[in-house]
Amino acid sequence: MTSPTGTVPTRTAEATTGRASGGVGDSPQRPDGALKVRGEFAYSSDAWHEDMLWGTTLRSPYAHARIVSIDITEALRVPGVYAVLTHADVPGANLHGLERQDQPVLAVDVVRYHGEPVALVAADHPETARRAMRRIEVGYEVLPPVSDAEQAVHGDVPALHPGGNVVRHVRVVRGDQDATADVVVRGEYQVGMQDQAFLGPESGLAMPAEDGGVDLFVATQWLHVDQQQVCIALGLPPDKVRITLAGVGGAFGGREDLSIQVHACLLALHTGKPVKMVYNREESFYGHVHRHPATLYYEHGATHEGKLVYVRSRIYLDGGAYTSSTPAVVGNAATLGVGPYDVDNVTIDCWGAYTTNPPCGAMRGFGAVQAAFAYESQMDKLAEALGLDPVEVRLRNAMSEGSVMPTGQVVDSPAPVAELLRLVRDRSLPTNGHGESVDLRAMPGGVSNTTHAENVVRGVGYALGVKNICFSEGFDDYSTARLRLQVVGGEPAVEVHTAAVEVGQGLVTIEQQIVRTELGVERVTLRPADTTIDSAGGTSASRQTYMTGGAVLAACRAVRDRVFALARAKLGPEPTGLSLVGGKIVAATGGVLADLVDVLGGNVIDETVQWRHRPTTELDPETGQGFAHVQYGFAAHRAVVDVDVELGLVKVVELACAQDVGRAMNPKALLGQIHGGSTQGLGLAVMEEIQVSDGLIRNPSFTDYLIPTILDTPPMPVDVLELADPHAPYGLRGAGEPPAISSGPAVVAAIRAATGMALTRMPVRPEHITGTDH
Amino acid sequence: MCTTYSVTWYDTTTWYDSEEIREVDFLRPSSMAEALAAKAERPDAVPIAGGTDVMVELNFDRTRPDALLDLTGIAELAEWSDTGDGGIRLGAGVSYTRIITELGQRLPGLAMASRTVGSPQIRNRGTVGGNLGAASPAGDTHPVLLATGASVELASTRGLRTVPAEEFYVGVKRSVLAPDELITAVLLPGTTAPQQFSKIGTRNAMVIAVCSFAIALHPEQAATGNSTVGTGIGSAGPTPLRATEAERFLTAELANADQWTSPRALDDSVRRRFGDLVAAAASPIDDVRGSAAYRRHALAVLARRTLGWAWWDYCLERTSRCA
Repeated sequence: MTSPTGTVPTRTAEATTGRASGGVGDSPQRPDGALKVRGEFAYSSDAWHEDMLWGTTLRSPYAHARIVSIDITEALRVPGVYAVLTHADVPGANLHGLERQDQPVLAVDVVRYHGEPVALVAADHPETARRAMRRIEVGYEVLPPVSDAEQAVHGDVPALHPGGNVVRHVRVVRGDQDATADVVVRGEYQVGMQDQAFLGPESGLAMPAEDGGVDLFVATQWLHVDQQQVCIALGLPPDKVRITLAGVGGAFGGREDLSIQVHACLLALHTGKPVKMVYNREESFYGHVHRHPATLYYEHGATHEGKLVYVRSRIYLDGGAYTSSTPAVVGNAATLGVGPYDVDNVTIDCWGAYTTNPPCGAMRGFGAVQAAFAYESQMDKLAEALGLDPVEVRLRNAMSEGSVMPTGQVVDSPAPVAELLRLVRDRSLPTNGHGESVDLRAMPGGVSNTTHAENVVRGVGYALGVKNICFSEGFDDYSTARLRLQVVGGEPAVEVHTAAVEVGQGLVTIEQQIVRTELGVERVTLRPADTTIDSAGGTSASRQTYMTGGAVLAACRAVRDRVFALARAKLGPEPTGLSLVGGKIVAATGGVLADLVDVLGGNVIDETVQWRHRPTTELDPETGQGFAHVQYGFAAHRAVVDVDVELGLVKVVELACAQDVGRAMNPKALLGQIHGGSTQGLGLAVMEEIQVSDGLIRNPSFTDYLIPTILDTPPMPVDVLELADPHAPYGLRGAGEPPAISSGPAVVAAIRAATGMALTRMPVRPEHITGTDH
Repeated sequence: MCTTYSVTWYDTTTWYDSEEIREVDFLRPSSMAEALAAKAERPDAVPIAGGTDVMVELNFDRTRPDALLDLTGIAELAEWSDTGDGGIRLGAGVSYTRIITELGQRLPGLAMASRTVGSPQIRNRGTVGGNLGAASPAGDTHPVLLATGASVELASTRGLRTVPAEEFYVGVKRSVLAPDELITAVLLPGTTAPQQFSKIGTRNAMVIAVCSFAIALHPEQAATGNSTVGTGIGSAGPTPLRATEAERFLTAELANADQWTSPRALDDSVRRRFGDLVAAAASPIDDVRGSAAYRRHALAVLARRTLGWAWWDYCLERTSRCA
């Protein structure tokens, strides 16, 4: 690998050397915590090389158009411009994509979404690049947009891709397809397009290498899947495309697909110079995928006693212009489509569609979030039809360990759904005391002074959610960890190397904690994540603590065996039951045998382990049956809201969560995940939506794409259950996504309780509550 | 003459006809006289104070003026003073934070509006002068300036003029400000009567107005026959608007019932009628922030509520008969 001559924002030694002494179950400080709080952490956008150029991306202003001409002559004439590239300059296959390679690196003869990359410019100054970009003349012949996913699937609309407009259709059928029930409720629901809204924009630095390859420093979620796609597009073997993780400012799924990766490398190889690319906030909204908007039709049948008899549903997910993660999103929505409930008779059809809307892909809780809004709204509707309490109807149907999912999969680890719901229900409710003096900050509308408690009605709502953890449906899911144990400066030290991406969730801390616990070594250093080691899989599907945590644990065991072998060689036959504690080798009987330092001497113990979770199977293509998921994660929320029913403004007063995590590996970081996920769900419930009309994004800014501020974020009491999953390392259960699933539906349920309105669309806007949405 | 720094940047609008790299003058006057002279000489210079609007425009490459006129070196712009008749002359460069902390009692409506501006960081930088300079219909302080009968002081080397707020705004982001003029101050009448400001946003802080409304009571005008109620509507028309019909209606109601001398609780029907007239005065559009129908509906509610609060306060000051 070429050695960079400039400043490159990988994790510095200081950032990755943990001084805290916390093992598994403790909450040691993050190794990058102090740097981030002080503003000194190097994010990918801080990448710098003294000789670098700046790359920019010309994007389509249309949602759907034929490209009839591209003229770069004038752009090339601009002094300071080093390269203007189009699809013709892509040396490999001009295609990329997470699950299917169907997205052009640069558009060829058609653009299928607003913001699709068409050409690239590299110049010695970002402004020069932007100005040159404007001199590229692209001739477009505008085509009608295909804006509606349901129409795209069933309607008479032109095919946007060779195979038609269905990205994937999953049908899950189980039990009696003609079942009838005493009480039937039906509903149609919609979920808007949420954005990950990570704060660090897409950015990175590509450096051409003397061997004809390229070194890329980038903020991403999965180094190796980036590497694969860059290799295909550049026509280079993996050893010529080396990727190192640069500091990531949030991800939430939005960095799973490529952004600048191929573009920056193309420009770097073409110009022979390092090329930096950084999107601004507006471009970021065009530069990454979003959460799939959904239309969901549901019918629930139940007995008079409130036991579910059947669930039938049709779900349409708008995948936008290209495949991205849509197949997996469809799989999740279909297999998790009834929620965490026991129901014998199920018919679910779920489609992912191509449209000319912005591409949608991964975002925290994908597939499960959309389905949960519909099935939880249905459970409330059912409760109302039965005259039952919303909690009660859920308790009567809550699944548990041993339950059979609609896929036929028997749930073989704890599923404490009823217990989670009781935990949030049994919490005391926040007081409803708006006394004599009004604190505006506690009011719907906040400091904008819209109400002094007039027309403010309180509502309480509940929701449950379920999410598959790790990669599903037969995917060969693994992670790799390399550990080096040696004596450094008179004390034992471990260096951990993985390609696992830290996006802020705290995996770096977890890796250190596992090593401390397993090897009794306090000094644990993390090497920068890069592609010199095998894949760790993506930081997605709530899987890294499970998978890379599992790989580090397995590597610790391999290292420990080598230590014990060394000990045997030095100390002779040992008593049974050795362990490594506090830098000593300890026997179960007989206490401390030796110092680890003495046993190690000058030896370096170096072990690399590839680790897999238990296999899953594909879904039966006809029935959707199969052992599709490794593990299920559950959470329950209770939302308390105050609604100004006359103005339609909402203040979430409290958002309580209960979640089973199997094992709280780092309780403080876990709380952060639960609070963050709950808040992201709250945002979807009341404000977060990318507004698209005829395929055009109307609000690509933080002025008009609103995310919750601290005044929108209520107290969030949390109950954590630790019921071990016998199949998982430490019994842990992936924790990042479940809180983002049930919080939104709980908030909407609470708004319904306050207003008495049906509210079948999320996010709920003031217009919906006031009947002025026309 | 004022200090001039050269800054290099690239021009957007005239790029095709000129060199791509252009020197841009950054003018730093240290007195009002210098500033006015500079503006007279360079009417194309864009004034900048807090920079909360101008810098966004520059950073997103939406505008690249030939010159920037930095007003932060002029001490008097950042001062406020008594006008002698009970009013306040508020320098155009006084930050929102200072309005809240130093003038919260004397300019209650303006302080309320200032509290809804952006984040603390923005309030530390942003100014009423900037709000007026941008003249966006969504600017938070405009409704209050209309309702309170404020005037805008404009200066140039040609002299000083004072324009009533109502006449200041002429179109979307357009005002009567001449190219050689600077906004130097806002003149706000003194009052002890209640004022209210209320703004709709779709989150509970740091949000641009979906619509907003301000009301100011002017009991001192009861004897003059002038309007005794001032109103201002924000973000529901091409410019900030007064609801003159609503003002007339309420002025008459209050006079007929002798409410100013012996105030009593207002009938719900009066408050509703007032709200309806305010809504009717708006000409809102559908956009990403809200529907026209919602804006109209919300304005009626805001007007009714703010009238209720203001009148309640007036009653409390005069009698205890409103209960």
